[in-house]
Amino acid sequence: MGLMGRFTTIVKAKASKALDRAEDPRETLDYSYEKQLEMLQKVRRGVADVATSKKRLELQAAKLEQSVEKLDGQARQALQQNREDLARAALERKKNVQLQLQGIDQQRVQLQGEQDKLVVAEQRLTAKVEAFRTRKETIKAQYTAAEAQTKIGEAVTGVSEEMADVGLAIERAENKTETMRARAGAIDELIESGALTDLTDGRDSIDRELEQLSVTSGVDTELDQLKAELGSGAPPAEQLERGEDKQ
Amino acid sequence: MIVRILGEGQYRLDDEAFGAVSQIDDRVQAAADADDEAGFATALTELVDAIIAHGVPLAADEFEGSDAIVPGHGTTLEEARELLSSEGLIPN
Repeated sequence: MGLMGRFTTIVKAKASKALDRAEDPRETLDYSYEKQLEMLQKVRRGVADVATSKKRLELQAAKLEQSVEKLDGQARQALQQNREDLARAALERKKNVQLQLQGIDQQRVQLQGEQDKLVVAEQRLTAKVEAFRTRKETIKAQYTAAEAQTKIGEAVTGVSEEMADVGLAIERAENKTETMRARAGAIDELIESGALTDLTDGRDSIDRELEQLSVTSGVDTELDQLKAELGSGAPPAEQLERGEDKQ
Repeated sequence: MIVRILGEGQYRLDDEAFGAVSQIDDRVQAAADADDEAGFATALTELVDAIIAHGVPLAADEFEGSDAIVPGHGTTLEEARELLSSEGLIPN
């Protein structure tokens, strides 16, 4: 069997599952129509879900961009202090974050693709459902048993296939958003734990080392600054604190 | 013959066009059997494009069951397998 045959079998199977015939064929029409409206809501929710997931990715990307900047700044600072080893560590972390960013961007593109497909599916289903509604009323108005049976069968079968098609699109989008959510959750945890900005060592070790460097090499400078400030009539520290408390 | 492209709608094809499409379908299946992702992508694109080129799209108010159904543009081999295996019809 070719691929076409396999897909035909599976979609038909899904379509016939949706075909729950009622005792009165006219009820089948109404029942199918209800199902179609449900499917329309489902596909609209699907579009909204994908959009939300995409938003989440964008927020994450923004956070990661920030840590890229931070690591870049750390690398510069380290080099200024002649600490190439630290600079290298910071740049390595930056690369890791940039890799995550690339992954996020790929996912964003994928989700955009799913969203576009769902929007098209929604438009086609909307047109189909509207056409079905009209057909349904026509069949009901002309109802003469044998003829109507055939027409109802055709209309319902035709629309069931469309529903199976849209159902598959929704399923696929759901799978993609689920995968994305799992990954986004993992990245969130990494960001929160600080591990992503600090993938190779203990937490914030670059920061600490840089701070230590600043402390040892910068004390003199700060002392000079302090002296200068105090000399130029700045208020004593105690007053400064009180001033801050008031704010 | 009526062919549905998943996510892209239904098309009416004459027998000759459908015959040509079936031949491409054999190549899609062969690529899938050979686990040839690139070959699958190329053959599937050809298949879907042929249906669109030789078929006439059905209007929204035409309610017809399809004679054949194919996955849409851009479906990867992995996705095709996922779609098919959701009912356990097909081993990988």
